[in-house]
Amino acid sequence: MVKVIYFGRLSDVSGTSEEMLDLPQGLETTSDLRHWLDIRFEANGALLEPTVRVAINSEIVLDTSSLDDANEIAFMPPVGGG
Amino acid sequence: MIRVSDEPIVAAEALSEFERRVSDAGAIVSFTGQVRPVSAAGPVAQLFLQAYFPMTERGIETALQQAEQRWPLSGALIVHRTGEMHPGDTIVFVATASKHRRAAFEAADFLMDYLKTEAVFWKKETTDGGETWIEPRQDDYQDAARWQTKEAG
Repeated sequence: MVKVIYFGRLSDVSGTSEEMLDLPQGLETTSDLRHWLDIRFEANGALLEPTVRVAINSEIVLDTSSLDDANEIAFMPPVGGG
Repeated sequence: MIRVSDEPIVAAEALSEFERRVSDAGAIVSFTGQVRPVSAAGPVAQLFLQAYFPMTERGIETALQQAEQRWPLSGALIVHRTGEMHPGDTIVFVATASKHRRAAFEAADFLMDYLKTEAVFWKKETTDGGETWIEPRQDDYQDAARWQTKEAG
């Protein structure tokens, strides 16, 4: 099981701020996961936007990164505080 | 020193604590950011700030190290809120200390630009029109880019 977190406006797209998921066979990279979740949520590309970054185990990763050692995956739209 | 939490910020207390810590600095600059009562969408009822621990603190720590490398600081304090806030509440407090004022002003400005555009926070505003997630404005990115130009030059 992997914990998946949806930050900011993406929690509106997914309908939840986080969930525990059994990733299906065949999902190997961050990009695979983005596409699978985008279809699952009928998100119309919201999870595919280049400005949405993905972190695995609290480190920002590339779309080509492997999901193998992922315990926690976060989808992060553009950030900003203050 | 960095503090990120849902505890209310009292800027006067934070400044006074900082002043005691850097009593021999010479120059201290502080900035307080508050929740505005009115936004583009109308009167603001609430602002909600979300962070991702520990990534949020780690990022701010890196920005603080960059500021320390760039300016001769005798100290810095960054306090940032998370959770639910209302108009007039303090979201962020930044204080910097140096021997002379210019370094303190510039370092505080640099840290605020980092916090506005790169710090790992998400903001949701509630107005009469409903809830909206707020992302940085183009102006915020331009402000932050000033420091890259200076580095390159």
